[in-house]
Amino acid sequence: MTSPLLELDQVTKRFGRVVIAEKLSLSVGAGDTVGIVGPNGAGKTSLFGLISGDLSPDAGGICFAGRTVTRLNPAARCRLGIGRTYQVPRPFADMTVFENLLVAAQQGAGLRRRASYAAAAGALDRVGMSGEANVPAARLGLLQRKRLELARALASGPSLLLLDEVAGGLTDPEVAQLVEIVRGVNAEGIAVIWIEHVVRALTPVVNRLICLAGGAFVGDGDPETVLADPAVREVFLGSEVTASLAGSTLSEDLIPGETS
Amino acid sequence: MVWVNDIIQGILTGGLYALFACGLSLMFGVMKVVNLAHGDLAVIGGYVALGVITVTHIPVLWSFVIVVPVMAVLGYVLQRTVIQAALDRSVLTTLMVTFGLSVVIENALLEFVSANSQSLGVGNAIITRSFSIGSQIQIAYLLVLIFAVAVAVLLGLQYFLSRSKYGRMIRAVADDREAAQLSGVDYRHVFGIAAAIAFGTVALAGIAYGMYSQFAPTTGTDTILLFAFAAVVIGGLGSLWGTLLGGVVLGVAQQIGAQINISDEVLAGYIVFLAVLVLRPQGLTSRRAQS
Amino acid sequence: MSEQPGEPLLEVRDLTVHHGQLRALDRVSLRVFPGEVYAIIGANGAGKSTLLRTIAGLHRPTEGSIRYDGRDMTRVRPERRATGGIAMVLEGRRLFGSLTVEENLQVGATYARQGPWTIERVYELFGWMRERRTQRAAQLSGGEQQSVAIGRALVANPRVLLLDELSLGLAPVVVQRIYAMMQQILASGLTVLLVEQDVSQALRVASHIQCLLEGRTTLEGRPSEVTAAQVEAAYFGLPPGRHGGAGSPSQGGPGGSGGMGNPPRSRGGLGGIVPPGETEREPLWSGSTTSSRGS
Repeated sequence: MTSPLLELDQVTKRFGRVVIAEKLSLSVGAGDTVGIVGPNGAGKTSLFGLISGDLSPDAGGICFAGRTVTRLNPAARCRLGIGRTYQVPRPFADMTVFENLLVAAQQGAGLRRRASYAAAAGALDRVGMSGEANVPAARLGLLQRKRLELARALASGPSLLLLDEVAGGLTDPEVAQLVEIVRGVNAEGIAVIWIEHVVRALTPVVNRLICLAGGAFVGDGDPETVLADPAVREVFLGSEVTASLAGSTLSEDLIPGETS
Repeated sequence: MVWVNDIIQGILTGGLYALFACGLSLMFGVMKVVNLAHGDLAVIGGYVALGVITVTHIPVLWSFVIVVPVMAVLGYVLQRTVIQAALDRSVLTTLMVTFGLSVVIENALLEFVSANSQSLGVGNAIITRSFSIGSQIQIAYLLVLIFAVAVAVLLGLQYFLSRSKYGRMIRAVADDREAAQLSGVDYRHVFGIAAAIAFGTVALAGIAYGMYSQFAPTTGTDTILLFAFAAVVIGGLGSLWGTLLGGVVLGVAQQIGAQINISDEVLAGYIVFLAVLVLRPQGLTSRRAQS
Repeated sequence: MSEQPGEPLLEVRDLTVHHGQLRALDRVSLRVFPGEVYAIIGANGAGKSTLLRTIAGLHRPTEGSIRYDGRDMTRVRPERRATGGIAMVLEGRRLFGSLTVEENLQVGATYARQGPWTIERVYELFGWMRERRTQRAAQLSGGEQQSVAIGRALVANPRVLLLDELSLGLAPVVVQRIYAMMQQILASGLTVLLVEQDVSQALRVASHIQCLLEGRTTLEGRPSEVTAAQVEAAYFGLPPGRHGGAGSPSQGGPGGSGGMGNPPRSRGGLGGIVPPGETEREPLWSGSTTSSRGS
């Protein structure tokens, strides 16, 4: 049994009185796809912050690729192979799309000139933006910005990709395109952890679903089981609505291919 | 005993510096505006006082009655127009704009009044004299008066901020502008009031400086602004009484420096300023470290 | 909706709001009548807070209009809306931290309209507050801060109270206590428009609910007229027709409601379903819709 790619061990983080993570433990293997759902303010983005290095835990340890990274800064973690997108895409506005990716390829993946050009072009191709390589990033629309954000994370050569609410604000066809891109990325062996509130975007891609609420995992397992769990439903809808719906399961409709 | 005299002189000079600094501190605390034209505004206060005195022959000590309100109105107008427009863009834009204001003011002054140093004469009043304690200590009445005025201004400001309706609104807007708007407070108007107060105090400071020393068009940036800045930083951002403490520390440091070597007076002050920046950047009165 | 008398107090038409390039609201409409408790529910990013903030004047809509008391308010500055009778309690409390409890209330009362709410009355509503009124607001607990924030809005004597995510970050017991105040607040003649993350809580207190998903309205109606299944479908954006309508296994009848088989009722609870173990409960808002408010 190979050791996990990412391991969180009893990680705790508080902002004043608000508990973001309470003794969280998590193991993600190479090539896994994990989805994270949960209500507002539950700490999903903060969890990413702990993994990518933007936040330091109050207690507990984080290991990545066999190394302890608990106190390692974000840039170093990126070079180790953790790639991350942010909820609000913030490209380097004065640079072109291609230049944005070059920064990631050279700094994040540590590639030299020729190799970095190839990596940037490759990332651009995977997200389907090859035609827009020379467009100034400031001129991109929302969907393209999200793609650029994803490409930038890919260009840094990650073995773990953290996606933060990338589907928000996109139309259904756009969501479908995004899902295809992520599937492709995962097929190359890159592990993916995806925070999303558009739950139906997650379910075609992930083989594991986690519900995070109040700093703890309420559900963790394959999507169908997790969504069928009344505790998970209660996190979103509250106790009474959940009780009224005891006869049906959420999973039937959020997982495509199942008939209700 | 000479040192005691220095310390007393330093403390009293600190009152003048506090007068410079409190307006700067107020504008930063409320609106996050660093007014780089602050020193020049003090100088304008001095020139306006000079003009008023020349025209009306009012005694120097009473010139503030006219100058302070005039400057306060100027402050409100400048804030509602130029500074607010800069603030709407970004806080950093205000740095640029106030810097530009400083340049405009100095050059306008050079144009319309000469580059010669001026002073506000103090006439034959008791103010010009000093009294002695023992053989080593000599204290000028003027300095004592300025210190008293500084304390009075700070007391007044503290009372205004903590007790009055507008003082409350100023503190509220400084804490959370959006929440204040939702309580019906027009924050632009409140900013204007804060600026008016700041300009009023700096006018007082300008008059005081004019009586104590000489000023010229460039005195604002040469001397006053930096001293005010140093006093605010040493004392602690966001603390009104901190500006007095900062002013006193600065004044004492300068006097002690002058004792060591007469040309090191100003340098000594800046060494202390630097030391505070390195060792305790939040200032002497702040409880928490500030970013 | 057809029994609603008179004009709506607050009317939003086809509101579209952008945050930069992101479209937060897409042609959302709603009407709130005097005396109602109108709840907006929905998942993250649904646009609920944006809707409230735009009504309060903190965001400019790209399209659409807001009418309050018959007058168009779309371009009015937030402080003018506040003095006109729209008070908002922001998400996360947002008290003036360096001011005392009493000073916070005093700021709220600075431009107050005529009405029954005074600082004294707020102290009576929240029994603990009078003793702690000289304490700095930043030192209070989350629940206490929430109470002060509500009090600050009340002392302005608004006609419409906008509440954004009251329950966020608060313990359930505290949330219950705060919502229990709702009846007294309504009794003084206010109309409430609230955003609530906890769907069950919203359904308990509201006379009317609206569900948003990614900036669009997916459901709207009275709690007594919508089923739990419809709410769930609207919340997650599930395909229509699923479990909907009568005859679905999750609604009334045997086999639903945890196996207790309660017969559907005409009012109370969700779609006539009373949660197992509880007697029929009046929704918190039990007032009539034919409100003729004198204040």
